[in-house]
Amino acid sequence: MSQLLLDVNGLTMRFGGLVAVNGVNLKVKNRQIVSVIGPNGAGKTTVFNCLSGFYIPTEGSVMLKDEQIAGLKDYQISRKGLVRTFQHVRLFQKMTVIENMLVAQHRHMNTNLLSGLLKTPNYRRLEKDAMNHAAHWLEEVGLLEFANREAGNLSYGQQRRLEIARCMVTQPELLMLDEPAAGLNPNETKELDELIIKLRDEHEISILLIEHDMSLVMGISDHIYVIAQGTPLADGNAEQIKGNADVIKAYLGEE
Amino acid sequence: MTSSKLYNAIFAAGISLILACLMIGVKLDTDGSTLAVKGATTEQWMWIFGGIAVVFLSQLFSAQVDALFGAIPKPNFQKVLPQGEKMAALKPWLISAVIVVMLIWPFMVSRGTVDLATLTLIYIMLGLGLNIVVGLAGLLDLGFVAFYAVGAYTYALLSQYFGMSFWACLPISAAMAAGFGFLLGFPVLRLRGDYLAIVTLGFGEIIRILLNNWTSLTGGPNGISGIAKPGLFGLEFNRRAKEEGAVTFHEYFGMDYSSSYKVIFLYLIAVLLVICVIYLINRLMRMPIGRAWEALREDEIACRSLGLNRTAIKLSAFTLGASTAGFAGCFFAARQGFISPESFVFIESAIILAIVVLGGMGSQVGIIFAAIIMTILPEMAREFAEYRMLLFGLLMVVMMRWRPEGLVPMKRPNLELKQQ
Repeated sequence: MSQLLLDVNGLTMRFGGLVAVNGVNLKVKNRQIVSVIGPNGAGKTTVFNCLSGFYIPTEGSVMLKDEQIAGLKDYQISRKGLVRTFQHVRLFQKMTVIENMLVAQHRHMNTNLLSGLLKTPNYRRLEKDAMNHAAHWLEEVGLLEFANREAGNLSYGQQRRLEIARCMVTQPELLMLDEPAAGLNPNETKELDELIIKLRDEHEISILLIEHDMSLVMGISDHIYVIAQGTPLADGNAEQIKGNADVIKAYLGEE
Repeated sequence: MTSSKLYNAIFAAGISLILACLMIGVKLDTDGSTLAVKGATTEQWMWIFGGIAVVFLSQLFSAQVDALFGAIPKPNFQKVLPQGEKMAALKPWLISAVIVVMLIWPFMVSRGTVDLATLTLIYIMLGLGLNIVVGLAGLLDLGFVAFYAVGAYTYALLSQYFGMSFWACLPISAAMAAGFGFLLGFPVLRLRGDYLAIVTLGFGEIIRILLNNWTSLTGGPNGISGIAKPGLFGLEFNRRAKEEGAVTFHEYFGMDYSSSYKVIFLYLIAVLLVICVIYLINRLMRMPIGRAWEALREDEIACRSLGLNRTAIKLSAFTLGASTAGFAGCFFAARQGFISPESFVFIESAIILAIVVLGGMGSQVGIIFAAIIMTILPEMAREFAEYRMLLFGLLMVVMMRWRPEGLVPMKRPNLELKQQ
């Protein structure tokens, strides 16, 4: 039933003599929420950077739908359906919310220059489709009324949601969220929680999540990977992780 | 608080004293066969100390000066002009009115004025071109004049060696400049900010020095003269046709010869070119590529994560900006009839950049206003002779304190969300 979407094997990243990530394995199936947790500095974001092409991994394979993507350029990877958000929100601050959404659809509506300059019917149709698609996703995350507001003027929680919506208009198959709940109040975290589940259940995408908020992680994850000091420590479902002695030791130290 | 202000004021006054003494206070002059150092006249010294007093006082009372600048009313276009649908309905009328006025007024004013207007239009083109690179894509280019030079020399050389006409050379010049923009773009795309500025500055100088030294092709510092003027469907604007059997404009229409026809014709070509450039760039800004430029300026990493190829986007900004300069360069060569590397020095780049910054980065209307101010003001200030640039600098300082975002800051388009 559920196919393997992302298969990471022996992912290793070295910066000179420093081994930031050492032999990490990850598996994400279709329509699954998978979390990566670990203490600060464990190398979680480095894993994300390797998967999304910001770093080229030193060793290991990254297969997206049976296709090797390790070593591809960042924009090529995101075009294959693997899109990420950032630990610190990265919006186009001075552009409006709707423009942010349109930039993300660049490659879908970037036909030739001439048709845009002459406003051909084909170009108008593409533009209209992009607008409708953007409006649809803004509605999904509850930001439609702010469409013409500058993105930098939104509240922090709204910016987080806009970043997710901006990823979603690119029509990804795997969405990677880097600490999406950081800086959100409990109410906003709950909304985020519902949004992530909705993305999986209604929009049928998989989500790979880095998060420190354990209640969020334990509540929604289908599978959890624990990384400590760059090396994989444990994996399993929420119950298994909660009871794992190694994980407790990594987080709380030895008795 | 007060003491630090006093200290600041003394410091600023001291610096102005040193600068003024070195630049205006003493002068090297030839005295027979030797050099002699001459001091300034009493009147000049009075001006210098007057200036220093102004600097001292403005620093001492900087808070009050700031308040004064703040109190100067800023032009508020939103209040003067109707907004929303009313404006949308009015816009075509406004634009056509402006175009009609631009087409009619040269027939009523002097030749010199029309000539100045043509020059202004060239700077508008250059400003709009650089606006793509600096204002939209956020790539600081200090060597923009190089592309202007490429455009001008392309036409000059093609006209000189192959006798090609202005109209045929116009697209070729733009393409050549675009090609150079592409060439320069490739190696410098990895660079950002200050580094990019320095490399582009170097590129501008390379082109100028190349033109200066490649004497066999470009004529070196002597430049190229006798560049053909544009004609109207083969009709020349000279007193007599250059070739045997050709008909000139005034003969064809049975009018007396007047040299102002040529000037007005050049002006009209410039208007046509500027309208084309404004339309094209206006479209580009509203197209995906225009939004991608801005997105790249705002956050490069986010762009990459969304599947935008930054190399292609930066290159397109560089290339399109350069081709606009090539356009302007071709026209410049045709208007002047003579070009030399002297016309493409660094100060030109600086002026074009100043137009973009003063006008408001990314704002087309602002840049048009700024180009008008920046070309007309130096002409009006001619009587100040060598103090012209000083005045120019003062104006820029005042402008930046009064409107740091530029004359007409860029406005974000309000996009209608059409539901089906």
